[in-house]
Amino acid sequence: MNSAAGDMDAFVQPHFLKNLILTSTRGNNRTMKKIVLATSALAFCAAVSTTAFAGATLDAVKKKGFLQCGVTTGLPGFSSPDDKGNWTGLDVDTCRAVAAAVFGDAQKVKFTPLTAKERFTALQSGEIDILSRNTTWTLTRDSSLGLNFAGVNYYDGQGFLVSKNLGVKSALELDGASFCIQAGTTTELNLADYFRANKMAYTPITFDTSDETSKAFDAGRCDALTSDQSQLYALRIKLKNPDGAMVLPEVISKEPLGPVVRQGDDEWFNIVRWTLFAMLNAEEYGVTSENVDKMAASSKDPNILRLLGQSGIKGQGLQLSDTWAASIIKQVGNYGEMFERNVGQGSALKISRGLNALWSKGGIQYGPPVR
Amino acid sequence: MDVHKQPHPDLPPPATSVGVVGWLRKNLFSSPLNTVLTFVALYLIYITLVPAFQWAFINADWVGDSREACDSGGACWVFVAVRFDQFMYGFYPEAEYWRINLAFGLLIALMVPLFMEKFPRKGMLIAFNLIVYPVIAYYLFSGGAFGLAHVETSRWGGLTLTLILAGVGIVAALPIGIVLALGRRSSMPIVRAVSVVFIEFWRGVPLITVLFMSSVMLPLFLPEGTHFDKLLRAMIGIVMFQSAYMAEVVRGGLQAIPKGQYEAAQALGLSYWKTMGLIILPQALKLVIPGIVNTFIALFKDTTLVLIIGLFDLLATIQSAFSDPNWLGFSIEGYVFAAAVFWVFCFSMSRYSQALERKLHTGHAR
Repeated sequence: MNSAAGDMDAFVQPHFLKNLILTSTRGNNRTMKKIVLATSALAFCAAVSTTAFAGATLDAVKKKGFLQCGVTTGLPGFSSPDDKGNWTGLDVDTCRAVAAAVFGDAQKVKFTPLTAKERFTALQSGEIDILSRNTTWTLTRDSSLGLNFAGVNYYDGQGFLVSKNLGVKSALELDGASFCIQAGTTTELNLADYFRANKMAYTPITFDTSDETSKAFDAGRCDALTSDQSQLYALRIKLKNPDGAMVLPEVISKEPLGPVVRQGDDEWFNIVRWTLFAMLNAEEYGVTSENVDKMAASSKDPNILRLLGQSGIKGQGLQLSDTWAASIIKQVGNYGEMFERNVGQGSALKISRGLNALWSKGGIQYGPPVR
Repeated sequence: MDVHKQPHPDLPPPATSVGVVGWLRKNLFSSPLNTVLTFVALYLIYITLVPAFQWAFINADWVGDSREACDSGGACWVFVAVRFDQFMYGFYPEAEYWRINLAFGLLIALMVPLFMEKFPRKGMLIAFNLIVYPVIAYYLFSGGAFGLAHVETSRWGGLTLTLILAGVGIVAALPIGIVLALGRRSSMPIVRAVSVVFIEFWRGVPLITVLFMSSVMLPLFLPEGTHFDKLLRAMIGIVMFQSAYMAEVVRGGLQAIPKGQYEAAQALGLSYWKTMGLIILPQALKLVIPGIVNTFIALFKDTTLVLIIGLFDLLATIQSAFSDPNWLGFSIEGYVFAAAVFWVFCFSMSRYSQALERKLHTGHAR
């Protein structure tokens, strides 16, 4: 609740409701419209009795003293509890980085495990401050849920897992191969499109669940398996002989995953977005969690000095402390460190950087300049 | 003529119809068809149980602290051993485990006297267990008072959470169910209508939708910034749902009591509540023990549904554990462990109910 809000503000609808109503007037489905209106009316009554959020997520977070972050209930490399019950993973570290930026302490964050169905409600209702839950950035989600995607912390996409015995190095050599596919999924459609576009043939063998699919691949019933790349690496570990299979470099669909915040709070949106950018810039300039203190003290590079809050705008525009970026790098690391630790060579998954390499190294991860 | 006055003593039965051989012949090899079926069954047991036993015990790995310890091809119980604390306590802070242990230890200590035949003042103890104990347990689990650190419900998990959900469900659903059953048979129209609507509404929706409503829709209706604890929402949903089922089980028992019992009670001048409390309910509840325990067992297993709303009960904790990149691929071990734990609890409940039936058996069984 924002104490500064006047009486009139009490009648401001929560922003997600505005969006719900907007979508409903645009839509043609009358039943949907009625449901949405009824829902909004109910929620509106509730909203009248209190003050609405007024772009003050940062103040609210600072006041309660920790960041509430929504993550998955368990996805290898992205968020899962370790042996001690601590959450680890790429999505988890993204939240820790935001906490480091805001509080200078990456530990001031609490995690709410969410299922796919409740994730957006949890963010809309204010239960969490940031959703970092393996969520694909799409037009529909960005425009109709009252949410904003603050960036991309992992470029995922559909790829291929093949047996090494096949001796192929590229997906374009897969003409005539048999595929284990989960029936009725988007991956099935993407596969059909890709093969049609490249004028190749394939034999689909469909299964109902992803477990059956990988078991069939393991038993040698098909030459290749297709799914999102990040999943393929996890599937590979579960095979009887993980070294007998490899992930091909091609990616045939776009699945940009990133943190999400509520729409209408631009300050907060900027903080989350620049947290990611700071980590990318740090990797680009070679600032790591180990050398960050030395760099801040002795570096002559103006880019590094601006990033670490020694000169330039520092933390002013984001309303953070001057060393916000330095805290992130010191406590969580730069983007490369975060990637390798959770999903890359430092983890069991051993995912290669691929699209997630920096723009200067053949990937598409790009942090706008800090100046 | 010599006449036998005494009948000739019975000959002993043929050796093939008594003892082990007789039992085998009678039960397993009584006809060619049965003989074939016996051998088929033995073969099926051989091809399923032997590999399962080898996997679970002989080839299994028991000690170690990482997946490298699991190389003998059988079950990797190391996974369960390393994660055991997490499966039991969820994400509860390790330094505070003693609070959970104390709460459950105290519960056992308070329950044991109830099963002793000659313990005095059982009524007082029951009242203590139902009224004072939940308060003690709440403060032990949640903290925030008496110098105990506060532990949010989002950190509760594992078997602890399963037992809390099932325990609250069982303790709350039985009395609410009894009241609803009495309400449904009441002659007062409003009480009856309310009971019927409540029971039919909650029986008409699947538990999974109740949980979804509580976790996905309810927050949208609440004012922004007000947070109604997710666990509490799920708990209320479970209690509502189970009490409707319980009400119907109890109503079944009430209907089985002959009308003469009511009339006799009235003839003695007993009030409605005395009639129910002293004459009808003791008999009705005794009749429906199997149904009540059946509902309890179903409730215990239904608590696993909370995993779809992101609460970490035993099953969800186990599932999240095998999404750890360091432990990928040990899902079978995890599920077997979960099944074993659930089986132990459900089987104990079932045995206890059978013992209770025998103890209360006073000639009503037909």
